[in-house]
Amino acid sequence: MNPRVVLVLLAGAGVLALEPLLGLPAFYESILYLVLHWIILATSWNILSGYSGYFSFGHGAYFGTGVYTSAVLTAKFDWPFLATLPVAAGLAALLGVALGAVVFRVRSVRGELFALLTLAVTFVLATVVLNTPIDGGPGIYLSGVPIPKIAPTQPGTFYLLALAGATAALVIAYAVQYSRLGVGLFAIHDDEDAAEVMGVPTFRYKLIALAISCALAGLAGGIHALFISYVTTAEVFSISVPLTVVLMSVLGGTRHWAGPAVGATVITGLLYAFTKGDLALAGKATTGAVLIASILFMPDGIVPRLLRQRRPRVAATGSPAAAVPHAAAVPGAAPHATTAGTPGDVLLHARNVARSFYGVQALSGVDVQVRRGEILGLLGPNGSGKSTLINVISGHYPATAGAVQFEGREIAQLPAHRIARSGIARTYQIPRPFVHLSVRDNVAAAAMFGSAALPAAQARREAGHWLAFAGLAAKADALPDELNLHQRKFLELARALAARPRLVLLDEVLCGLNPAEIDEAVALVRRIRDAGTTVVFVEHVMRAVMALADRIVVLNHGLLLAEGAPAEVMRRPEVMSAYLGTGAGLTPPLENPAHAAPG
Amino acid sequence: MSWPSANLLAQSALSGLFVGSLYGLIGLGLGLSWGLLRTINLAHFGFVFGGAYIAYQINASTGIDPLLTLAVIVPLFFAAGMALHAVITRFNVSALNTLLVTFGLTAIIEATIQAVWSADFRRLEWRHGDVKFKLGELFVPLPELITLFVALAATFALWGVLRGTDLGKAMRAAAQDAPIAAAFGVDQQRLSMLLAGTCAALAGVAGVCLSLSFTLAPSQIYAWVGVVFAAVMMGGLGSPVGPLVAGIIIGVSEALTMAITAPSWAPIVSFTLLILLLLVRPGRL
Repeated sequence: MNPRVVLVLLAGAGVLALEPLLGLPAFYESILYLVLHWIILATSWNILSGYSGYFSFGHGAYFGTGVYTSAVLTAKFDWPFLATLPVAAGLAALLGVALGAVVFRVRSVRGELFALLTLAVTFVLATVVLNTPIDGGPGIYLSGVPIPKIAPTQPGTFYLLALAGATAALVIAYAVQYSRLGVGLFAIHDDEDAAEVMGVPTFRYKLIALAISCALAGLAGGIHALFISYVTTAEVFSISVPLTVVLMSVLGGTRHWAGPAVGATVITGLLYAFTKGDLALAGKATTGAVLIASILFMPDGIVPRLLRQRRPRVAATGSPAAAVPHAAAVPGAAPHATTAGTPGDVLLHARNVARSFYGVQALSGVDVQVRRGEILGLLGPNGSGKSTLINVISGHYPATAGAVQFEGREIAQLPAHRIARSGIARTYQIPRPFVHLSVRDNVAAAAMFGSAALPAAQARREAGHWLAFAGLAAKADALPDELNLHQRKFLELARALAARPRLVLLDEVLCGLNPAEIDEAVALVRRIRDAGTTVVFVEHVMRAVMALADRIVVLNHGLLLAEGAPAEVMRRPEVMSAYLGTGAGLTPPLENPAHAAPG
Repeated sequence: MSWPSANLLAQSALSGLFVGSLYGLIGLGLGLSWGLLRTINLAHFGFVFGGAYIAYQINASTGIDPLLTLAVIVPLFFAAGMALHAVITRFNVSALNTLLVTFGLTAIIEATIQAVWSADFRRLEWRHGDVKFKLGELFVPLPELITLFVALAATFALWGVLRGTDLGKAMRAAAQDAPIAAAFGVDQQRLSMLLAGTCAALAGVAGVCLSLSFTLAPSQIYAWVGVVFAAVMMGGLGSPVGPLVAGIIIGVSEALTMAITAPSWAPIVSFTLLILLLLVRPGRL
């Protein structure tokens, strides 16, 4: 975060605050008020919906809560107008938190389902307000409510209030974007499950973002109630509020704090240009056409498009060979420095762990110990439960039964982000990078949210080290889509290591690599262990298993089949028949080392 | 609040059944487009009203029976639906962005309707519009009865096609996994065009039914959005039968709420049902 940006914003607001002294016709102030009003609403919407991708259509509900709070308190309880504003913001935030506390617990309510659910909440709230003494039907008249004289004229006062609100909204949006919260929200946007497993407290972050978003919308509503001076449920809770803020934000760009403000200015200006004279209809049609054109031709929005032209994306060229990991030492302090332990003692103990999916038993009671400082190979034919075990240990899915102890603490029932924070990191078999974050930011996010828990600036420096370690330094500013499979696998690895875990779980990092690349990777894994991180890896590439593993564990049909030194275990008849089928036990897999085990 | 008579309740439930069948008919195309094409088509409501106004205009200027206007409206909207789908595929618009693009289109349709027919209420004067049958103590108006039959016919025709024919199976396969379906020889482009056209044609049909028993105004387009979306989501995305069943449940419970309390409480029923369903059984959707 750059304090100069905040200073520029505040200075700009300071200059704009002088406008009422110019004595311009009041209607200019009303136009400017509307621009600022929509800037608050669109920017507030963006803090949850733009950053985290949870498109809300419930903004009318939070805005309406603010409107009715101020309207009722001033008209029916004679509160002074300004005193109602904090209450308006607070009640809107409370509504949002109550809603989020329920909705965010339901995993599948994402995307368009979340959008429609929040819209439904708006209609329910409108019906309740309409039918209870809050409104009761006829609407609330506020023309008699005294307005404090902040500026020489009444429109000037509203202008200044909205200016203060818009400035606050922009500063908050900027601060959030460049904070830990913002990085977490962007990670949630791209892959919520992977973000949680990496250590992002997804539930809490969504709730905080929703509360901020609602509070600002409630504030805008409180000011607006007195500005329009007559409020009805039909106007306040109409579908046009959420649709307009979505339109403004998408037009301006949802991945940038300034995007919604730009969109709000353009759309309000456009609507105004057409309401002058008798062109309201043409205005409506033009707004529709602008929306269509902007999504078809500029799906990322105006602001990102302008920024991209100013600073062209780093060329996605570079020879594929340039990405071979170089032999740098493992950077940073020894990862396990914080919690020293004796090599060889039990680091992780999974006891009788079971996991079933709709009746299919993927793991049926497995007992595995991981010793500090070892490289443990996890083997077994396809469907034997290896990946499920990794998923259960990392908290990707909870175990159906059993216990997992890590450094003596029970972790099986912890949410995934707490498991990550306590010192376990993992890679995914199919890489799951955050596709809208640069390669560097992907790794920096892991350094911020994993057990390293570094502050943002330090995390970015740390990310540079790990990218060099994984041979991705040249690609630091590229997007993950520009990487090939091999590079994406190493990005996964860099991300897991940047968390500075004491235990790293590698799920088939070698799969799909060619022999030379495998040799590099094997050397890399050794260096990880030598730096003090314990490694568990799932692998089919026998040559790598034999070269790396101190011990191996073989699973079959969700049960532990064998455990021990690699060469010895792989010669056991039950292991050979699990891999190669009965009767095929003549050729141990070892003797054909260049090939992956079948299955 | 006084408890209404059994007769009034029965009449309310009946009118709820009729309006619910219209929810279902509008929701049919919307849900198929959402579930099978991943296009959340807000312009569906614009199409419905476009169809209604065209039926109104043809009837007003030539006196042709509104049901016969379907001969024009169905092919016209079929083409419109295909054109919209062509644009959405050409620009590879994401599911959420289709919502915004089609909202823009709805605003244009609304403005066009208002420019041509003004913002005033219009009413199609159908010569059989006042025909009512008597069923015991209850009145059954003909226009609503037609809507119910059309909704049932359209729903079961689509159910039959999607369940029973190779064409329908190919469509469902393509919706589940387009690349794999393509590998098995499913021409996904052509099928989705066909489906998009069908959905829009269904909007036109729903519009004609709407014009038989409702007054028309451009601002009314948005009045249907919430409740029909509720019906579609409760019924299940991409299901042909779901929207009709859910629409009727919503329609009847709304009508009963209106009869027992006040009309202004009606919206709470569908949306509370929807919220509860989303939270309790999200996997259903």
